[in-house]
Amino acid sequence: MPSTIRVRAQAGDTVTEVQALIQHPMDSGFVKDSNGVLIPPHHIETVTFEHNGKIILTADWGPAVSKDPYIKFSFKGGAKGDALTVTWVDNLGKTDMLEAKLA
Amino acid sequence: MQFGSADYSPNATTRRATLRLLALLGIAGTAGTARADAAPGWPEEAFHQKTEADAVKTLYGKPFEASDKVTLDAPEIAENGAVVPISVSTELPGVTTISILVPENPFTLAASYKFAEGTLPSIGCRLKMAKTSNVVAIVESEGKLYAASKEVKVTLGGCGG
Repeated sequence: MPSTIRVRAQAGDTVTEVQALIQHPMDSGFVKDSNGVLIPPHHIETVTFEHNGKIILTADWGPAVSKDPYIKFSFKGGAKGDALTVTWVDNLGKTDMLEAKLA
Repeated sequence: MQFGSADYSPNATTRRATLRLLALLGIAGTAGTARADAAPGWPEEAFHQKTEADAVKTLYGKPFEASDKVTLDAPEIAENGAVVPISVSTELPGVTTISILVPENPFTLAASYKFAEGTLPSIGCRLKMAKTSNVVAIVESEGKLYAASKEVKVTLGGCGG
């Protein structure tokens, strides 16, 4: 199965810009389906970004983050070929992880 | 129809689905109860607060002040409340966290980011908004809280759709 995580990380002269897109329904728990039954909450709670094994950013998300979440940030340093690991955990305990190389 | 993958494309069905989403977002749903299996470190209680003051108090336990050094980029008008692009950045030093709040949503706190040293205090993401609301960005810099806010008008629906 393909990863739910897509990441683009470009090492620049001083900073590395990271953009990630995660496939996830991010159901808020406030929406009903066509039968009027409430769709239970199903959303990512935390996303962790690691550069060469060191945590650089942690995102804590509630159900107000849009479906198929997108996130963009930058960090100092980072060289082409460095490891960037993205891990998410949702409220049902599901998880996915992707290790990418800085471009 | 489930609120599924194709629902954000601009057609009539989607419009209805989104209206329904926005209407329903306005109705307070089940208040979350503490779970043993929440992700480690996820501030569950803060994410269940319904007012700006309670969310900030639960998450940080200290007051904040408005600052022009916090930059909040958000659209004046969001046509689709399901996907509102928000970005926050700051020139303040020693930033450890940035949180984004939408006080008119059922739960006020939308997202909270922890920055390691060397990570630039700037974040972009997309949020759901139930209806027209202020968006509040809170930056924690050297242990103090600074805030910026901006009203985003949500044209689709609003409460009661």
